[in-house]
Amino acid sequence: MTESSNKNTSTPLVKRGLAEMLKGGVIMDVVTADQAKIAEDAGAVAVMALERVPADIRAQGGVARMSDPDLIDGIISSVSIPVMAKARIGHFVEAQILQSLKVDYIDESEVLSPADYLNHIDKWKFDVPFVCGATNLGEGLRRITEGAAMIRSKGEAGTGDVSEATKHIRTILGEIRALSAKSEDELYVSAKELQAPYELVKEVARTGKLPVVLFTAGGVATPADAAMMMQLGADGVFVGSGIFKSGNPAARAAAIVKATTSFNDPDVLAQVSRGLGEAMVGINVADLPAPHRLAERGW
Amino acid sequence: MLPIGVLALQGDFREHIETLRVIGVQAIEIRKPDDLSKISGLIIPGGESTVIDKLSKIFSVREPLIKLIQSGFPVFGTCAGLIMLANKIIDGTPTQESFGGLDIEVRRNAFGSQVDSFEADVEFADSGSVHVAFIRAPIVATVGSEVETLAKFGSDIVAVRQDNLLGISFHPEVTGVTAVHEYFIQMCRDANFQHHK
Repeated sequence: MTESSNKNTSTPLVKRGLAEMLKGGVIMDVVTADQAKIAEDAGAVAVMALERVPADIRAQGGVARMSDPDLIDGIISSVSIPVMAKARIGHFVEAQILQSLKVDYIDESEVLSPADYLNHIDKWKFDVPFVCGATNLGEGLRRITEGAAMIRSKGEAGTGDVSEATKHIRTILGEIRALSAKSEDELYVSAKELQAPYELVKEVARTGKLPVVLFTAGGVATPADAAMMMQLGADGVFVGSGIFKSGNPAARAAAIVKATTSFNDPDVLAQVSRGLGEAMVGINVADLPAPHRLAERGW
Repeated sequence: MLPIGVLALQGDFREHIETLRVIGVQAIEIRKPDDLSKISGLIIPGGESTVIDKLSKIFSVREPLIKLIQSGFPVFGTCAGLIMLANKIIDGTPTQESFGGLDIEVRRNAFGSQVDSFEADVEFADSGSVHVAFIRAPIVATVGSEVETLAKFGSDIVAVRQDNLLGISFHPEVTGVTAVHEYFIQMCRDANFQHHK
């Protein structure tokens, strides 16, 4: 049969392809199978399985690691949408374990405690695709060079303060626009400044976009926050603590899904913003001492 | 001919619009029921079928679209779009519904999780071999007597047509293949669908 000879798994196109299918959608953090079902019912395109949402990691402190495989298995078996899970930055063995659990995407995440302060995971070695955080274009391009198949702007997870998410998505997209305006002979210096390979810098300058899907994350707590990220140019949004730390998770999750689809329609946004109960309490990023800012993890 | 619509509730609708642009066909994004009367055919893109189902109800696209499908309007579904056109879904969520139209049973995530997604060459209708991507793809498990099979992968049915409905498991728009879209545009020309005011 020709089937086996004519079947290539885990190619860059296949890895990036799943992220393409998630565009225009909301990926929600969940810590139990029940929460995963609520997220799926509310219209999540995927769920992120973890032990504690970022707001709790922040409150409880200590070292945050990959979740227990039993918890991830339970979430995988409870929903039909893709399941993502987080590994620590540089912790390639946690990533090997997550791949063996057959998660659909691994998030090499600054929300967990870093396992390597120099190197990120060599993501090309894996069959499963990776999403990584970035605060600027250079960081995003370095992650793509290491094999990331999807990028999310970092924001500041677990705060409910959208200001850092705004800053990071504006920075990444603004730097891409600036790159597109340069002549080709200026891109050598750009590559040096971005600390990214010249060929990748040239590709971004020519196409005016990243070669992978760009979501936004970190502090999105309301339908208006999600719609603003979409209007700024994100392909979709991650919502972490914002849903299950709010007064009425199911209603808020559904409202954020609607707002992400109708991000350009203020009438719809006004309607879906009504009667959602309390948003997560939140922390102003400005009040966070620098060592507690997660976005600064990643190199 | 009126433009082709691409259902833009969620998923890779921009890739479909780009594929249509490459073959010189005007495309518009469809998010509201009123938009449906401005087009001569509709593409339902890849995405998450549970989400497209939900959003089509929330934004009141579902009922008018089902009426159009039943009146012979040309619709082309890829991956999640194929699931939305199937009369019956296997391995769906308890509340999940499709628009229906194709007399088939479709199995969601039939190949497994993302690590089992792949690229491959498929013989499509009379177009010859096309290089496409299968991403957490469904397969057509059973077909009714009126359904024509247009492509198989191994023994699995991955492309079908019934009258003005075309459904495929895979993504030609991700690999940049235009042959399947050209096939659909010919269906739309042949149908020459007239909207009733």
